[in-house]
Amino acid sequence: MKRKLNVNRNSAVSYSIVIALYIALSIMSASGLLGRKYSSLLVPVCCYIVAAIGLNMNVGISGELNLGQAGFMSLGAFTAVIVAGALNFHGITAPALVLLICIICGTLVAGFLGWLMSIPVLKLEGDYLAIVTLAFGQIIVNIINNVYLGIDENGLHFSFVNNTLQMQPDGSVLISGPMGATGVKTASNFTAGFLLVLISLIVVYHIMYSRNGRAIMACRDNRIAASTVGINAVAEKTLAFVVSAALGGAAGALYGMNYSSFAATKFDFNLSILILVYVVLGGLGNMTGTIIATTLLVVLPEMLRFLSIYRMLIYAVVLIVIMIVTNNQAIRMKLKALRKGKAGNGSGKGASVNG
Amino acid sequence: MKNKFLRLGVIAALCGAMTACGSSAGTSSTSAASASGSDTAVASGSVSGTTTTASGEAFKLGASGPLSGDASVYGIAVKNAAELAIGEINKKGGVQFELNFQDDQADTEAAVNAYNTLADWGMQLSLLTVTSGSGQSVAPLYKEDNIFGITPSGSSTAVIFQDAENNTNPYGNVFQMCFTDPNQGKASADYLSEHTDLGTKVGIIYRNDDNYSTGIYNTFVEEAKAKNLDVVSTGTFTKGATDFSVQIKQAQDAGADIVFLPIYYQPASLVLQAAKNAGYAPTFFGCDGMDGILTQDNFDTSLAEGLYMLTPFSADAQDEKTQNFVKAYKDKYGETPNQFAADAYDAVNALAQALGNSDVTPKSSTDDITAALIKQFTTMKFQGITAPGDITWNENGEVSKEPRAIVIKDGAYVSAE
Amino acid sequence: MQFLSYLISGLGLGSVYAIMALGYSMVYGIAKMLNFAHGDIIMVGAYVAFFAISGAGMPPAVAILLSILACTVLGVVIERLAYKPLREASSLAVLITAIGVSYFLENGALILWGADSKFFPSNIFPQGGLTVGSLTISWLTIITIAVCCIIMILLMLFVGRTNTGRAMRACSEDKGAATLMGINVNAIISLTFAIGSGLAAVAAVLLASTYPSISPTLGAMPGIKAFTAAVLGGIGSIPGAFLGGLLLGVIENLSKAYISQQLSDAIVFGVLVVILLIKPAGLLGRKVSEKV
Repeated sequence: MKRKLNVNRNSAVSYSIVIALYIALSIMSASGLLGRKYSSLLVPVCCYIVAAIGLNMNVGISGELNLGQAGFMSLGAFTAVIVAGALNFHGITAPALVLLICIICGTLVAGFLGWLMSIPVLKLEGDYLAIVTLAFGQIIVNIINNVYLGIDENGLHFSFVNNTLQMQPDGSVLISGPMGATGVKTASNFTAGFLLVLISLIVVYHIMYSRNGRAIMACRDNRIAASTVGINAVAEKTLAFVVSAALGGAAGALYGMNYSSFAATKFDFNLSILILVYVVLGGLGNMTGTIIATTLLVVLPEMLRFLSIYRMLIYAVVLIVIMIVTNNQAIRMKLKALRKGKAGNGSGKGASVNG
Repeated sequence: MKNKFLRLGVIAALCGAMTACGSSAGTSSTSAASASGSDTAVASGSVSGTTTTASGEAFKLGASGPLSGDASVYGIAVKNAAELAIGEINKKGGVQFELNFQDDQADTEAAVNAYNTLADWGMQLSLLTVTSGSGQSVAPLYKEDNIFGITPSGSSTAVIFQDAENNTNPYGNVFQMCFTDPNQGKASADYLSEHTDLGTKVGIIYRNDDNYSTGIYNTFVEEAKAKNLDVVSTGTFTKGATDFSVQIKQAQDAGADIVFLPIYYQPASLVLQAAKNAGYAPTFFGCDGMDGILTQDNFDTSLAEGLYMLTPFSADAQDEKTQNFVKAYKDKYGETPNQFAADAYDAVNALAQALGNSDVTPKSSTDDITAALIKQFTTMKFQGITAPGDITWNENGEVSKEPRAIVIKDGAYVSAE
Repeated sequence: MQFLSYLISGLGLGSVYAIMALGYSMVYGIAKMLNFAHGDIIMVGAYVAFFAISGAGMPPAVAILLSILACTVLGVVIERLAYKPLREASSLAVLITAIGVSYFLENGALILWGADSKFFPSNIFPQGGLTVGSLTISWLTIITIAVCCIIMILLMLFVGRTNTGRAMRACSEDKGAATLMGINVNAIISLTFAIGSGLAAVAAVLLASTYPSISPTLGAMPGIKAFTAAVLGGIGSIPGAFLGGLLLGVIENLSKAYISQQLSDAIVFGVLVVILLIKPAGLLGRKVSEKV
């Protein structure tokens, strides 16, 4: 019973933070308080939050290091572009409908390919597993970089490596190799992003607090012990991997529909690492933390613009300092002692399931 | 579980601290680098905050380009040259500029953020972006807000055309100072077909995940076919590649006597080294991205001996304008300017000429400024340092100018036939 | 004949990966961390050697020693400041810190030395190559492979035969037990970083001599490839890193030559996936049985 109570409180905190942030930011954005710069960051922040929540499912809950989340984002993003192109070509242009269909397709494609990849990936363990996810991320970027795809009255045209599309004049090219997706009709907005964040939270929490979720965490903590009590470790880990990939795809679809053009190289190893940084800073298995850390870290480089060329240097220093301060035992003890002196209770609610 | 809250607390505190200093320093940074000519090479832009022009007296010129990351060499060149040009223009009196140059790391997403930062600042006209990918992603925003932009170096057709595949449906308010990639490919093939003494069997090495390189490659191959040039081998590479032994070997085995390199000079210098290692000495032929190869610190110029390139600018040109620019740039930044810098210098001067000929003032509405600039640019003739003759623009925003063919002899640029 | 020459140029590329992979594997074996900043330490080593030779006009041998010294100091300082406070933390926290260090070095280099590439002097090693029939193997490739072999053998002797080496292996097996045996684990880990970073300087000089255009991001892509090579060979294994590096170089060059250059990255990483499926702990890695 006690656990159940704890659970509700934990997810309730996430939901209320997301809803409160949405309302506050919507008002600020509408009244012009945020300015164009920060308003335009709202959708990408939502994308990264969804991708990071997905990755946290894999890294935090399932305990498998994944260095290829950006690959799943790119699958989602490019699927969305193709679907949107096809819909637009057939006269369906209502942004909400297009976006909805795109996100569903992006999620399904990334989820399906995630499932295919999980078959070899989950045969491995630890750093070997991590390097294979890195490898898949690189493979996806490399392949999409060579895809040419267009649509005209004869249907979809596809060519690989060399551009031999031979389109009808009324057609439009959707993906053009290294140029990436061009001429996308943007359809994303903050409300859609907010809803997507909310849905991914619901999905992830639902899994976390289900029988499956407990099994996944049991496998993470001790795979052998979990197997001895009859848990199918591979099946449980596959579930986490596929959900993670699917959320990455959903995030990518939202991202793709927010920019008029983007290239496959955007979703490279560095982006995977960036999302991993959000997850680790937010706390493994801690979704609320992920949301806050992602928001702050996406906004941070924008805030640091005044530093000009020193911006990324300071960003790196901030990253290192945060990691040391929050992970060093000695510093943590000191801060803990400090806080104990000030306030006694009230920090117990962070007691999340990840232990 | 305190650590999680602690962790977030630390992030929040740090962010808070950053914004605190950000808001105080940020206000001065926006107007930095306008007229002060005393900025040092890299540290300008943000730290120097002398606001010599009150708002309403100078045109607010926005720009974005990579100032950090591996493409920053191009962004910094453009920023430096733009500041140099603005310093000269503002000193003359007449049209005044105030520059705000934002870092976009040559990334499409960061470019959109940079655009919005500039829009918040109140940008009235712009140098758009330094790189094509970024330009492609912000051009629709310029169209939407109807702000005039001329990119010094974003050479992809997708920067100026909404439908880049068929080169139709131009944005109309986005112009280019540099040649488009297809033009370069075509011009290169034409040049080679007219100079068959250089060779007739062509090998190509290009970067297939880069739109500059593939853009030139595609039209080059088309035009080469039309002009009966024999393309005997094609090698490709991707970002960050260092090893070119296989590509060189293939060209060598195929008997190519010309190797066409529509790539930037950094990988090109590695290609030249690989050719030397393989004992292969064809005629190498490059485009404008090749400019800068000789100014690499400590470059072994014997590698580039006999290298041809089609480029709008050469720092060794003898005309007075180029000489003055190169000298001023060297004095201020301690480096020889490359073609990115030259295109940026011309773009700012072209803007100044267009604004001088029109009757808009910094107090005019953005729509008026844009309309006036489009009218001027499509009718005026401009003389700069990136072409020997007149430079003109058509309604699509494409530039028309004569490329120069240059060959490297004894470690220096010499005009080729 | 053609095949042989591609194979040899593949070995040249692979030997550079191998020498970088040795550093990764060494640090991983003892400290159990993926030091993502290794590629950037190599970059610093290349710049130090560059400035020593073409800036200060030092003879190459002195410049190489200076570069080794600089990298060793840098490695130890990084370890002390950034990694040591995280000795008890999760490996992920260390990984992120290493990424932070990597960003720091790259951007610091960018500010200090500029983004424009510099051309590494070519007078360190003899030019030309050894000609057998119609095949030419460049001296640089031969030297790189030889240096790589020497380093590998020395490392194996050091780790296998000396007391310090024994202490290293003890730390790698079980830090707690090693401490109980009176081994100063912190000192051993610092020493590991010192050796790994010194090796990075050697790798830097060889890398920059082979591919002479150096820039602040020069360590990034070869870094990922070398990391892949280390895993391919079985991370933590010294001969594994050597083998993995050579194999990766050869696969990369042959796939470029015979399959597709556009897709060479996909092919290389695809081969990696297949090999790991057959040998889940890399070619020469040890399969550690899990404790219950």
